[in-house]
Order: sequence, then structure tokens, then C-alpha cells
Amino acid sequence: MATEYTPKYTGIIGWVERRFPTPFIEFQKHASGYYAPKNFNFWYYFGSLALLVLVIQIVSGIFLTMNYKPDAALAFGSVEYIMRDVPGGWIIRYIHSTGASAFFIVVYLHMFRALLYGSHREPRELVWIFGVLIYLTLMGEAFFGYLLPWGQMSYWGAQVIVNLFSTIPVIGPDLSLWIRGDYVVGDATLNRFFAFHVIALPLVLIGLVVVHLLALHDVGSNNPEGVDIKKHKGPDGNPLDGIPFHPYYTVKDAVGAVVFLALFAIVLFFVPEMGGYFLEYNNFVPADPLKTPLHIAPVWYFTPFYSMLRAVPPLFNSQFPGVMVMGLATMILLLLPWLDRGRALSIRYRGPYYKWALTLFVVAFLILGYLGTETTNVWGQFGDWLGKADVATVVARVCTLVYFLFFILMPWYTARDRTLPVPSRIAD
Amino acid sequence: MTQEQKPSSTRRRLLVVTSAAGGAATLGAAVPFVSSMLPSEKARAAGAPIEVDISKLQPGELGIFEWRGKPVWILKRTPEMLDSIKQGAAKLADPESSVAQQPDYAKNEFRSIKPEIAIMVGICTHLGCSPKEKTAEEKAEMGADWAGGFYCPCHGSKFDFAGRVYKGVPAPINLEVPPHTFVTENTVVIGDDRKEG
Repeated sequence: MATEYTPKYTGIIGWVERRFPTPFIEFQKHASGYYAPKNFNFWYYFGSLALLVLVIQIVSGIFLTMNYKPDAALAFGSVEYIMRDVPGGWIIRYIHSTGASAFFIVVYLHMFRALLYGSHREPRELVWIFGVLIYLTLMGEAFFGYLLPWGQMSYWGAQVIVNLFSTIPVIGPDLSLWIRGDYVVGDATLNRFFAFHVIALPLVLIGLVVVHLLALHDVGSNNPEGVDIKKHKGPDGNPLDGIPFHPYYTVKDAVGAVVFLALFAIVLFFVPEMGGYFLEYNNFVPADPLKTPLHIAPVWYFTPFYSMLRAVPPLFNSQFPGVMVMGLATMILLLLPWLDRGRALSIRYRGPYYKWALTLFVVAFLILGYLGTETTNVWGQFGDWLGKADVATVVARVCTLVYFLFFILMPWYTARDRTLPVPSRIAD
Repeated sequence: MTQEQKPSSTRRRLLVVTSAAGGAATLGAAVPFVSSMLPSEKARAAGAPIEVDISKLQPGELGIFEWRGKPVWILKRTPEMLDSIKQGAAKLADPESSVAQQPDYAKNEFRSIKPEIAIMVGICTHLGCSPKEKTAEEKAEMGADWAGGFYCPCHGSKFDFAGRVYKGVPAPINLEVPPHTFVTENTVVIGDDRKEG
């Protein structure tokens, strides 16, 4: 499509603009001329914050690779070297490890925002799907990165996750051998995980972020009212209930970024390990292939899915059902736009069914997350009447069921919900 | 001069054939990349058998030895441990060791060549963690009916002193008994069960 473009600037900027107008055109399309709904609230900070964390991770990651050695004999020592001997190394490493957890915090909140206001609904299905793919890539990125310090948790975490693939019928054992490149997690595994972590997945991640944003800007942003602002346009062709993203939301997001960075700095300087949740204590012990730590748990952002894995009993001498449940729990997110059949997008106009379902879903997800950080006997055992089953295992099974029922029953309860009439415009 | 409106079927066919050939070439080019991730010759060669001297193991002591990067347990079982194996069958998922997790010469009550010497790979059959020995005395942690055995800290699987898995735990099958052979009374070779000669 040929667009007429009239240069606006003079002087040096104008000289560049006449020869290379693309950045000026794109800035107008995606910032100063992109009309976003005027009623964005607190929940709309997390998209831009996720972008900020991505930049933080890339920059801190580049500087970590300057001193890190992806070698089973040297990796643990090189991380300690970064922490003790490299000037500023400790803060760069803590920025990167805190950034990993911060990434998942903002992404989980960003996804919850979608569930609140129906941002996954038509016409934003692809925006949601690209977002879920970003989330899955991020999980891969976090998993590969966690092996690199070559501590006990790195090692045994990788051992467990790679063995998940070996439970797949028929091809499983060969597949996990191919992933590891050795009969056990070893130097070959560390070396390739390094390659995935620092180049392969970051490239995929950046590509997905680009299509996520392009797809969003093609259909336009949703808003807390779930109203389509494109239905009411002014004489200039811009939505009456929209305001240009720049300068209005760039300024708003800058405020969010400052608050976020202040919280980030507090973690960085006072609780970089977050009591064992951001960096686990056992990972300060070098990897020992002959000795599993007494209590192993993944980092907090994986624990809801880890709980599901643990809750499913083996069937037919195979652990595959549990692995499949865990996989389906993430894949089912991709179907969300078609499972949700509510007449209103936003929770403000949805009925009690959806509100209750979402509440139960969040509670179940949080309980699963908590249980995944603990051993299965954390809540003791039932008496003989339930065969002395671990209380935590039974609770995890119930929560896993709630998690899936939220999705499976969604077409039924959202279609029958008592929604309120949705206004056509956003009130002032 | 006439303008051809329909796409030429010869050109279309050429396009299909060249695209298919290009696709096949791309797939072929992926082969070295995919195979570069398989275990290297060096990794394959590192799986040689090991010889272990068990004369210093005390009754009830568990020795851990590395074979192919995995922990191999050699446990000198006490008479009490052997009793617990004999009496525990009701709690187990596969007390008869019907799943082929052991060489035929270890498919017996104690899953070993000599009853008092247990040899197994200390890797949980669930997801590959290494279980911990929990003696019969550790009832406070393991429950009142615990008769001793192994407990996997990762996901709570339990095994008896013969490496047989309990019912209702995540691990689906018994621990693996590696191929092994006694060269002398107190020397055992792990990873090779061919008799000398």
C-alpha cells in the first residue's frame, strides 16, 4: 500500500526524515497516532512492564555471558566468580535472577487482566494466542536458564523436566536422550541449554513480542468496559473514546515503570533471594549427580503445574498421564477465545457464574502454586477412612480439577450467565 | 499479441516441483543439525563397566558408586532388612518383579544374586531423582507402618529394601537392577554380567 507521506521536520532531523521516513511513519502509526481507549486502569501497566523486563533481561544477560562459562566443570565456579570478583557482577546477576521472577509476575498479572476484561475475545484471538506462545517460550527460557548456574537445583530440576519427555510412549526415551545429548544431564546438556537460553529462545521471544504488538495494533486495544471504541468515531476518523498512546499512555506507563523499578530495586538490594523463592538455597551447592537434595521444588512460577504433575497417579505403569495433564494445562489456554461465550467482555457486565468461576480458578491456581513449593506431606495425612492419603495431594487433585473445569465448563456457564447490558460508549 | 489470462499449467507444475525439491533439500539440510544433538562418540564411549570392592561395606551400610553418570547403590542388607522384604509384599505394586527392571538372575525374592547384597540404580523410576535411604527407625517421618526402604524426596515415591515400589506413589515400576557379576567374593563388576572365561 503506497502511503502519501509529507515530511514534517527541518534541519538535521528533516534531512534524515526525507531519506528514511520509515521510523517517523511507524512512530505515528504505533504511538502518536495509535488511539487507545481513554479508560485504561491499573491492570494496563503490565504489558509495558513486561517489555521493560524483557529489555532488562537482555541487557543483564549480555553482560553475564561475558564472564559465564557454559562448561560442567567451570559453570558453578564462574557464577561465584561473577558474584565475588567481577566488579558489579553481583548486581548484574541479581538483576537477571530477580528479572526472571519479575517477568512471570507481570506476565501472570497481564494474563489475569485479559480474563478480567475479556481481552482474549473476538477480534483479539490472535493477540491472545501470540501472548500464550510468549508465555510458553518464557517458560522454556526460564527452564534452560535455570540449569546454567549448575547448582543442585539446576541439575535435578533439569533431570526431572527432561525425564518428563521420556514418559511419552514409544519415542520418549530416545527423545530425552536427544534433548540431553548424553545418558544423564551433563556437559553436553549444559552447553546446548546455554545456546537455547542466550540466542535461540530470545530470538523467538522477540519475534513473538513483535507480532503480539502488531496484531494488537491492527485490531485495537480492549478496555475495562469491554466496549468497542471503533464504533464511534469523530469527524477526524479517530475514536471518540480514544486518546493517542503517545503522549498520554507513554507518560502513564513511565509512572508505572518508575514504581516498578523502585520495587525491583528493593528486592535487588534487600531480598535478592526472596527467602528461597527467587533463588533456591540448594542452588548454592554445586551439582552432584549422585545425590538429590532432600527437598526439590521448581522456582515458584512453575509450581502450579508441578503440583498438577505430582497430583496425577501413574496409570498403566507410566507417569505419562501426569505429564499430559501438565501439558494440557498450558495448551488449554490457547482455546480460551473459543471457550468463552459470554455476551459481555468485561467482568463489570458479566454475571455471577463467571465471577465465581474466575474466583475459584484463581484460588485453585494459587493453592497449586503454594503446594508445589512444599513436600506432599506438608498438611499431614487423612485417617484410615481415606486410606491415609496425603491431605496436600488430595487438595492438589481437587484444585487441578477446578483448573480444568474452569475451561471445560466455560462454554456452558458463560453462555447462561446473567450479563448486564453493555453501554455503547465509555462514560466520562 | 494475445494476453494469456489463465496461469500456464506448465509453469505452475514447474513451481510445484521446484518447491517440493526445495522443501526436500531443506529437510535434508536439517539432518546434520538434528543429529548433532545426539550423544557424541565421546559420550557413548564413557559407558564402560566399573569394578567395585565391597569388602569394606558394613552390614546395613549403603555404598554409592558412579556408573554411566548414575548412582549405583550397593547395600549390605541386615537380617532385619531381609525380613522386611519378605513381609512387605502387600504394600507393593509389583512384589513379584514382573516388569523387566532386573536381569533374569536377579528376578527373585530379594532381587539380587546374593540375598544380603543389593545392587540397584539409585534413580527413581518416576522422574529420575535419587531416593534417600530411610531406615525402619524413621517412623516419625515416614509413618507408623514404615518398615524401612527408600524415599524419593522429589515426588514422594517409596521403595522397600529390594527396590520394589510401593502402591499409590508416583513411581510406576521397581528400581532398576543393573547387569552385574561377582568376580570374586568381594569384587563386583557393574555394567557387565558375562562370566569370565
